Amino acid sequence: MNESFFFIASLLPELVKGLQITLEISLVSFILGLGLAVILLPLRIYAPLPFSTLSRGYVELFRGTPLLVQLLLIYFGLPSLGLKLDAYTACVIAISLNSAAYQSEILRSAVKSIPEMQFLAAESLGFSTLQTYRHVILPQTLRTAIPALVNEMVTLVKESSLASVLGVVELTRRGEYLVAYTFRALEVYVAVALIYLAACTILSQAARGLEKKLRIPGYEKGVV
Amino acid sequence: MEQVLRVEGLKASYGGQEVLHGVNLTVQRGEKVVIMGPSGSGKSTLLKCIVHLIKPKSGRIILDGEDLSDGGVDLKKVRAKTGFVFQQYNLFPHMNVLRNLTLPLEVVKKVPRSEAEARALQLLKAFGLEEFAYKYPLQLSGGQQQRVAIARALIMDPVLLLLDEPTSALDPELRREVLETLVDIAKQGRSMLIVTHELDFAEAAADRILLMDKGVIVEEGEPWELLYRPKSEMARRFLVEIRAVVHHKPKS
Ligand SMILES: Nc1ncnc2c1ncn2[C@@H]1O[C@H](COP(=O)(O)OP(=O)(O)OP(=O)(O)O)[C@@H](O)[C@H]1O
Ligand SMILES: [Mg+2]
Repeated sequence: MNESFFFIASLLPELVKGLQITLEISLVSFILGLGLAVILLPLRIYAPLPFSTLSRGYVELFRGTPLLVQLLLIYFGLPSLGLKLDAYTACVIAISLNSAAYQSEILRSAVKSIPEMQFLAAESLGFSTLQTYRHVILPQTLRTAIPALVNEMVTLVKESSLASVLGVVELTRRGEYLVAYTFRALEVYVAVALIYLAACTILSQAARGLEKKLRIPGYEKGVV
Repeated sequence: MEQVLRVEGLKASYGGQEVLHGVNLTVQRGEKVVIMGPSGSGKSTLLKCIVHLIKPKSGRIILDGEDLSDGGVDLKKVRAKTGFVFQQYNLFPHMNVLRNLTLPLEVVKKVPRSEAEARALQLLKAFGLEEFAYKYPLQLSGGQQQRVAIARALIMDPVLLLLDEPTSALDPELRREVLETLVDIAKQGRSMLIVTHELDFAEAAADRILLMDKGVIVEEGEPWELLYRPKSEMARRFLVEIRAVVHHKPKS
């Protein structure tokens, strides 16, 4: 037991290198996904039918198929269309596109909690639809959505382990390498799992702090 | 005298249900017009139609010389020329009081930040609200929020101020400060169209009162006329009712 403990500890420096790549992939994908979701959302709530159907179709497509299939399609499928991407880029693109679908759903349900009167108040001042979205609706939507968005970020940290399938040496893949030459699968994967757990716990915790910091002052009193 | 607002034969409906059945009214420049009427008579709908927050079914609205039924009219410009104060204040809760005032100036009127802030602070001071400039709306009392909302409407220097029951969401003690603010604004000669059941305010500040019922204006007159010598049975009954309700209200 004691020996196992020291063995696991000795793996840590190697695994932490993998964790860096894992966090990099998930953070970049999260931010790109959020950016795309922020663009998709107004299409969904304001745009005339063909556009809103289009963005709705996008969401259905990416939520209705496994992420692994999306990864494989982009990495192995696109080259036949003349687009050859390296594994890392393919992963970031696939995970971003996938996450954008989930994040735009998160934003869509958050936007529903914003009172209709906020739209009216902005319009009554002469704001255009886009100005209303940018200055009034989006900032409140993002605040409301923080807990769900953090959830999505945590999900990405875990789902990015699929990148190992394409050979990206992130945390899971590093674990596989270590197993390959130490032959101690149990300890190595326990260590890998613990690192994922720690990363996700810290993220959730940090998010709680962020949520508190960004909370609308006076909101505790309750909504008027 | 010059008309700042003219409404002719205005009809509006929700779904298939018509709720305004041909409303006519005018507001002269500098005039203060109060609209009263029972709940559901269409007062809020009328106010929203005037700036096309709800699209009217038919009729004409001429605001500051512009015919809104004209397809080419830029509604954003029209709305920027009018101020709208809602019953529930509707400040933007995620920005402080100062930003609530400067944002529309910057976004809509393209006033530079520093100038917008100077103007906002000056207005807040005039309202006795400068100590709240860096507070957030939900940290203020209802009365304070509503006065900020009035300031936000005024900072755009509107040709017409529309107010929809600005005091009815407030506790009686808080109404007074808002009413005093409104009386001050009225004295400064700004054109106002106000939905309110505050009889003291109507008497002190209104030039004319319109009484609405079931989607039409049933009676109109100067305050002394309408409040003390109403012609219609409907007006008499309505006044008896609101006098009973607001009996406990503090004198403004
Ligand atoms: N969004 C809506 N959808 C459907 N019907 C509505 C809507 N808003 C108002 N109505 C109906 O239109 C009529 C007029 O409503 P409006 O809000 O203009 O009345 P009001 O005079 O402002 O009443 P109150 O004094 O209660 O504010 C009412 O019969 C109301 O039920
Ligand atoms: Mg109303």
